[in-house]
Amino acid sequence: MAAQTLFDKIWDAHVVTDLGSGMALLAIDRHIMHDLGGGRGLKQIRESGRKVRNPDMVFAVPDHAVSSEPGRTSETTELSSGYMKLLREETSRHGIRLFDLGEPGQGIVHVVGPEMGISLPGSTVVCGDSHTCTHGALGAMAWGIGSSELLHVLATQTLPQTKPKRMRVTFTGRLPEGVQSKDIMLYLIGRLGAAAGAGSAVEFAGLTIQNLSMEARLSLCNLSIEMGARFGMIAPDDTTLEYLAGRAFAPKGALWDRAVAHWRTLPSDEGCVFDREESVDIGAIAPQITWGTSPQDVVGIDGAIPDPTAAAGSSRRFEMETALRYMGLEPLKPIAGTPIDRVFIGSCTNSRIEDLRQAAAIARGRRVDARVTAWVVPGSYNVMKAAEAEGLDTVFRTAGFDWREPGCAQCAAANGEVVAPGERIVSTSNRNFVGRQGPGARTHLASPAMAAASAIAGSIADPRRLA
Amino acid sequence: METFTVLSGVAAPLARENVDTDLIIPIPRLVTLANVDLGKWAFEAIRYHKDGSENSDFVLNQSRYRGAPILIAGRNFGCGSSREGAVVAIRRLGIRCVIAPSFGDIFFNNCFQNSVLPIALPQEEIDRLMEEARTCTSGAAFAVDLEAREIRTPGQRTVAFEVDPNRRQGLLKGLDPIDTTLMRDGEIAAFQDRDRKARPWIYG
Repeated sequence: MAAQTLFDKIWDAHVVTDLGSGMALLAIDRHIMHDLGGGRGLKQIRESGRKVRNPDMVFAVPDHAVSSEPGRTSETTELSSGYMKLLREETSRHGIRLFDLGEPGQGIVHVVGPEMGISLPGSTVVCGDSHTCTHGALGAMAWGIGSSELLHVLATQTLPQTKPKRMRVTFTGRLPEGVQSKDIMLYLIGRLGAAAGAGSAVEFAGLTIQNLSMEARLSLCNLSIEMGARFGMIAPDDTTLEYLAGRAFAPKGALWDRAVAHWRTLPSDEGCVFDREESVDIGAIAPQITWGTSPQDVVGIDGAIPDPTAAAGSSRRFEMETALRYMGLEPLKPIAGTPIDRVFIGSCTNSRIEDLRQAAAIARGRRVDARVTAWVVPGSYNVMKAAEAEGLDTVFRTAGFDWREPGCAQCAAANGEVVAPGERIVSTSNRNFVGRQGPGARTHLASPAMAAASAIAGSIADPRRLA
Repeated sequence: METFTVLSGVAAPLARENVDTDLIIPIPRLVTLANVDLGKWAFEAIRYHKDGSENSDFVLNQSRYRGAPILIAGRNFGCGSSREGAVVAIRRLGIRCVIAPSFGDIFFNNCFQNSVLPIALPQEEIDRLMEEARTCTSGAAFAVDLEAREIRTPGQRTVAFEVDPNRRQGLLKGLDPIDTTLMRDGEIAAFQDRDRKARPWIYG
């Protein structure tokens, strides 16, 4: 048999029917729904007289609309009350497993899926959220879908899809001190651009990746969509298996052994061919931070805000000028030292226990600057409990951070927790789009360590100076 | 679903790259328990000033492009969030076809479920179409012919485009993809029976 990529192996194993012209009807193994789309989708299915085909392959967890306020319930806001009521009613009607507020398993869908062992290597995972690419870190084929596709999956447990091109990015070099997987991915997007992965499934490979922890890999794959790729993946290896063993929904006993034997066959074969190959050396990069309104607008913390007059082409120049005006930044000034109003540590990118440990290591024994409001929002109930068991909540609180309840919170501000117009925030989330964290909000994307360092400094700061 | 065969009308040039779905429809307009006309809030951040008045810099606010059913856009249109509300919003605004060098993949897929046709063409062709949309007589119509897979411009040029045959049939006939797939329920059941033996850990 011809040498195959990781992606092709999973694709082929899920083809129910070849629809011709590169399109196939694919079987879906795992469908995880969040509060914004889940209840509504199930209601629509019911009202259309259809049924959920495989309710035991569907999971639901509230994250977007719920408040992150300490002590929150579903009733904390009217918005969350409405979405929770619908989600509870409809999941119960259709017999779908719901991880409700205050239960193990509640949290951001892309933290929970891997953490609970719902997402598995070699599986197809979908969710009505673009950051579903996160789960690809386990060696899954995972992607975000729209609300019509969500209904399609509920009714048929399949999706017609066009096969994407295959791309591989090989990272080489040892992670420099103070540089995290968030940084290397922002660096990559800065180099290749926000559209580099459009139409592609991207596999991340190389020694740098093999040496990353599972959580660091999840952060990395999470940002695949910010380079335009619906799918980001990493071949399963010992790190993956160690992470998954014993997880609540992962197979156990003899079934585990059988699954592992299958998962071992998944990595891309020697000599397989990708449509595009890129290689990037990260051995000498600095921690990264965005300056503009696209994740590709990125610079090292020791760098300067770029000058639009030096841009290649008039349209790029116009874009940069527009972004700098929105961000309230002047060209050529150092990015470090820019005063900030807020810090947000959380989101499906960086809210796992390792992220919180990295931020806490900076925060320990220091104080958040008096001008800054700083939030830490753990990614899930389990992350919250683990962090509290280690005393990280105390570290953050003592330093002046707010320690909050798990959910998406300020990343998309879908729950109303917006950043005010003109406020500048260093955020560990994934999108610095215009208005993303609130109308007029100015977002700088960075790692948890840099976010914590900036909270302490009251301005954009290099975490290496505080480590 | 509404059919899409031949669309005729004004084409508006939106010369901006990486237009993300947050920009197309911000989340507060989407996440509400009330029924909202998303068309009113499409492109909110660049369409209106802070005081709610229209920003005349935005192409669809200019009299010759207001209500245009065709949008010509820059690279990576519809990138970012998977929110289908972005497609619904432009559809409610009256747009039935977006022509760009490339699209956000999820946005691209979502278009077909809403009777909106996304057409990807090389950058040089996009540049020519934008130029024509800017310089043609006000009100002059472009025709997007899905049957013939071609765009006919006011300047009498014909530009061929490609579209997946399955997607094309779906739009031409206004098919509901779920109904189409449900006709294959037997194949799905057979697949799951086989797969349950091969990968039992996937099934509960």
